[in-house]
Amino acid sequence: MKTFNFTVKDPMGIHARPAGLLAKMAKTYPDTAITLTKGEKTVKMTQLMMLMGLGVKTGDEVTVSANGASEDAAIAALEKFFQENL
Amino acid sequence: MIVIQGKGVSKGVLKGNLYFYQRTEKKIEKLSADVEAEKARLAEAQQKAIAQLEVLAENCREEAGDETAILFETHAMFVEDEDYVDAITSTMEEEQCNAEYAVMMAGEQFAAMFAAMDDAYMQARAADIKDVTQRLLNNLMGIVEGGIDSEEPVILAADDLAPSETLQLDKSKILGFVTQGGSGNSHTAILARTMGIPAICGLGDALKPEYHGRLAYIDGETGKLVLDPDAMTLAAMREKYEKQQKLKELYQQMKGQEDVTLDGRKIKLYCNIGSPEDVASVIANDGQGIGLFRSEFLYLASEDYPTEEAQFEAYKSVALAMNGKRVIIRTLDIGADKQVGYFNLNKEENPAMGLRAVRICLNRPEVFRTQLRALYRASAYGKVAIMFPMIASVWEVKECRRACQSVMKELKEEGIPYNPDTEIGIMIETPSSVFMAEELAQLVDFFSVGTNDLTQYTLACDRQCNDLGKFFDPHHPAVLRALKMATDAAHKAGIWIGICGELGADISLLPTFLAIGVDELSVTPSAVLPLRAEIRKSIAQTCTLDMLNG
Repeated sequence: MKTFNFTVKDPMGIHARPAGLLAKMAKTYPDTAITLTKGEKTVKMTQLMMLMGLGVKTGDEVTVSANGASEDAAIAALEKFFQENL
Repeated sequence: MIVIQGKGVSKGVLKGNLYFYQRTEKKIEKLSADVEAEKARLAEAQQKAIAQLEVLAENCREEAGDETAILFETHAMFVEDEDYVDAITSTMEEEQCNAEYAVMMAGEQFAAMFAAMDDAYMQARAADIKDVTQRLLNNLMGIVEGGIDSEEPVILAADDLAPSETLQLDKSKILGFVTQGGSGNSHTAILARTMGIPAICGLGDALKPEYHGRLAYIDGETGKLVLDPDAMTLAAMREKYEKQQKLKELYQQMKGQEDVTLDGRKIKLYCNIGSPEDVASVIANDGQGIGLFRSEFLYLASEDYPTEEAQFEAYKSVALAMNGKRVIIRTLDIGADKQVGYFNLNKEENPAMGLRAVRICLNRPEVFRTQLRALYRASAYGKVAIMFPMIASVWEVKECRRACQSVMKELKEEGIPYNPDTEIGIMIETPSSVFMAEELAQLVDFFSVGTNDLTQYTLACDRQCNDLGKFFDPHHPAVLRALKMATDAAHKAGIWIGICGELGADISLLPTFLAIGVDELSVTPSAVLPLRAEIRKSIAQTCTLDMLNG
């Protein structure tokens, strides 16, 4: 399993647009379980509504984990996305 | 004759049949049903919804830009969202009920989840869930929303229209809009102006649904809707209509024409915009560039300082859309009449002369640096120029240039592309900048005159004060002489000068601007073609400076 922590800097937090893009990205790795954790809540990244439902705001720390055959590629792509967009 | 007075929000005169927009509301009941058959119906409704949303997103990309298109793409993902679909199927299985009922329940459950969140943005997403749920329901029940069931184009009447409603309308069937509610900023008004068709809003209850199908005459300038006009009103409207059609034809012919006077003086005719969405109307009106892109929207629309990335994306999108044409972006111009909470500026007795615009930037280098980095990064994607507002002194420009140098050095070290020859200009809007224009011209690539502020500071007339009336006169010879002084200084130094204030679109002053030698006019997009028609009729050499005489 691979993970990284990230503190969200985008003033809007994980709003509809990045959440949609994240869910889309996560679906491209069907052999890997990707999750996002904020505090005590964890959701699968493919669960768009639940992901938005976490209400991740600017300044919140989140943990992204990937477990499966493509975990290295998935984590690298997601880390890049977080740094560039959130 | 019935005359209903509203607020004209998009110009134009025409007649047509009123068509009242129908929202289909059908009560949904819980029925017992064969679950497997219902699942198949749901799958079909989902597929249909995704196809509809793809078309909407595609249309939207052309009409309203990427941001709205992504909204519909997100809707398409909602349709297939695992938790949402799980909620629907488990209701069907547990209750052995019809798909409509299960969809409605899931929609309510998820909308309630968003509505309960402690964040205004997420609360507003409840509307997206409802929108998606309604779409699935309509598909299940075979309801077509927003259809205009008329062979002829009509004047669309409604209480008010939601964004997804306006976007789904068949535009070729619409002559104009009339609404009971709404304002100049409502989606309907913006859409009408973009489409260049008349619209009246705020007509209230006087606009009765029973008028559906009646022939109406509307004037989007005066805000009047007339039924059964008398002969005089009819004649007046007909005359206005014919005049408008002739002008429209003339303006259409102006597209693709050069901005040049009969004696060969070329003028740059640019546009003022306030957000990336406005670029569509710049292109539609054939603006030759952007003379003023106000960056304030980024600061006013957010709760905290906008990030470098958010700014970069906005600037880059405009630079790319303008495809190599000049895009002049003005750095932060808040303070005075534009206040932003998170800047925590002190309350001032006299904000027009207070800590505003470039003064804030020079006092808060981090805020300035973030914006300059975003601007220089965007410079790699088009012909970006940077403009500093409220300049009064030579040292301010030198300090701005130093800030630019240091940002370019950073980007170079980080290996991020930028254009080192990005043009730098200043606004001429303080009397001091006029007096110092010769020295200032040595330091920059262009001047752009902000006529509202220049009038305010030259005449010592507060532009926010409504009682000053005749004293606040942008045609005042002092203002025009200041413009001439700045122009002479610019030309002496070999740089160009433009006007980006409201005065630029004032056709009565065009001969004076030509006589003074102004090189560029930056105006609201809808003023481009009328101004071009006027420029192409003018003879620069015969224009006089008469208006500069006291």
